[in-house]
Amino acid sequence: MTSAVGGEAEQQEVTWRDGKRYAWLLGLVIPMAPFLAWGFVSATGLGLFWWTGPIFVFLLIPLIDVVIGTDAENPPDDLIEWLEQDRYYRWITYLYLPVQYVSLVVACWLWTTHPMSVADKIGLAITVGIVAGFGINTAHELGHKKDQMERWLSKIALAQAAYGHFFIEHNRGHHVRVATPEDPASSRFGETFWGFLPRSVAGSLKSGWSLEKTRLGRLGKGPWSLRNDVVNAWLMTVVLFAALAVAFGPSVLPYLLIQAVFGFSLLEAVNYLEHYGLMRQKEPKGRYERPAPRHSWNSNNVCTNVFLYHLQRHSDHHANPTRRYQALRHFEQAPQLPAGYASMIVCAYFPPVWRRVMDKRVLAHYSGDVTLANINPRNRNRVLARHGGTA
Amino acid sequence: MSRFRCEICEYVYDEELGAPREGFPAGTVWADVPDDWACPDCGVREKIDFEEISA
Repeated sequence: MTSAVGGEAEQQEVTWRDGKRYAWLLGLVIPMAPFLAWGFVSATGLGLFWWTGPIFVFLLIPLIDVVIGTDAENPPDDLIEWLEQDRYYRWITYLYLPVQYVSLVVACWLWTTHPMSVADKIGLAITVGIVAGFGINTAHELGHKKDQMERWLSKIALAQAAYGHFFIEHNRGHHVRVATPEDPASSRFGETFWGFLPRSVAGSLKSGWSLEKTRLGRLGKGPWSLRNDVVNAWLMTVVLFAALAVAFGPSVLPYLLIQAVFGFSLLEAVNYLEHYGLMRQKEPKGRYERPAPRHSWNSNNVCTNVFLYHLQRHSDHHANPTRRYQALRHFEQAPQLPAGYASMIVCAYFPPVWRRVMDKRVLAHYSGDVTLANINPRNRNRVLARHGGTA
Repeated sequence: MSRFRCEICEYVYDEELGAPREGFPAGTVWADVPDDWACPDCGVREKIDFEEISA
């Protein structure tokens, strides 16, 4: 049980219990997915279970979300600081890393020694890719913290997905430019996931590099240096993949590549749905308005929230990026997705379904005025013609 | 020497200490920090939104 006495100033006793306290441990099931896959295949003889990762995330989590539903409970304001200080919560995120990397090593061992068809090996690579993608989410939680050790752990967690530049680009690029046309990681109204994916991957890489180049330029140094956080984070991936190739043979490399690409594509699918079509308006002086709850899509589906460390309480995250996951709050005024992120990722993979589900919600959010949305410039005229906007 | 605080995350820029990692050595005055420099901890606010902390 977790309870605390808050509101000291008013000498008023507040007792509150964190209903999700022990549920957060379930987040560690994800990095165990390759073990579970191996266990299920051994128990049943069915090769299908090498795909345990995607089955769990794209079928089981959405189903559980429907069954368990949503939870809009917030910790009392008085207790937020106390809740953030409770080290139990951060240890759960640290533990993701050893499990993640033991899984990766075991997967390499399975790829090279276990009797498996190529399809089985690809299935396991996708399951490992799920671990890599959720690893980026863990890295995201850790990378926003002020503690140097947590920032290091963040880069280590990113190494598996070969997405080290996220450490810089997300915090210093995406958070600054969120919900503006300048942000590669904010998706635009009328943009499909498949159009967004290459734009965000390439744009984030370019932006992360240029942020570090600018910073090092101020120090009088060039970008090709180990002090460049993009360079040193990428090197971790090079060292990791090289070590695995030496230990298990170069035949693991194609599968390492598949899991990394699938892993960061999963993160990009989450990026796609977090700010779809939402736009910060320009103030008279030409600056964008400050990020507000209305600039992120939220969801209170309990199951997805537990596996993503409250990432779906995304508005509070953008308002207070350094706030720890357990203390993130639901905002009534924030736009809500019709289902959890896990279900919405599946929608995003099928653009006609996505448009049918989401475009009307973006329009409703802007009371029918499509010109207030962040419209994809590539098909701006078509979007305006279809939704009745001018200009 | 003055100090300036990010209104979101409590990060403080102290002119005496600068922010060496960011490329502002100790003693860099606030006026020499570019306007579009975003808070290194939260990224929500930029230099012009920082508040001066009275001594």
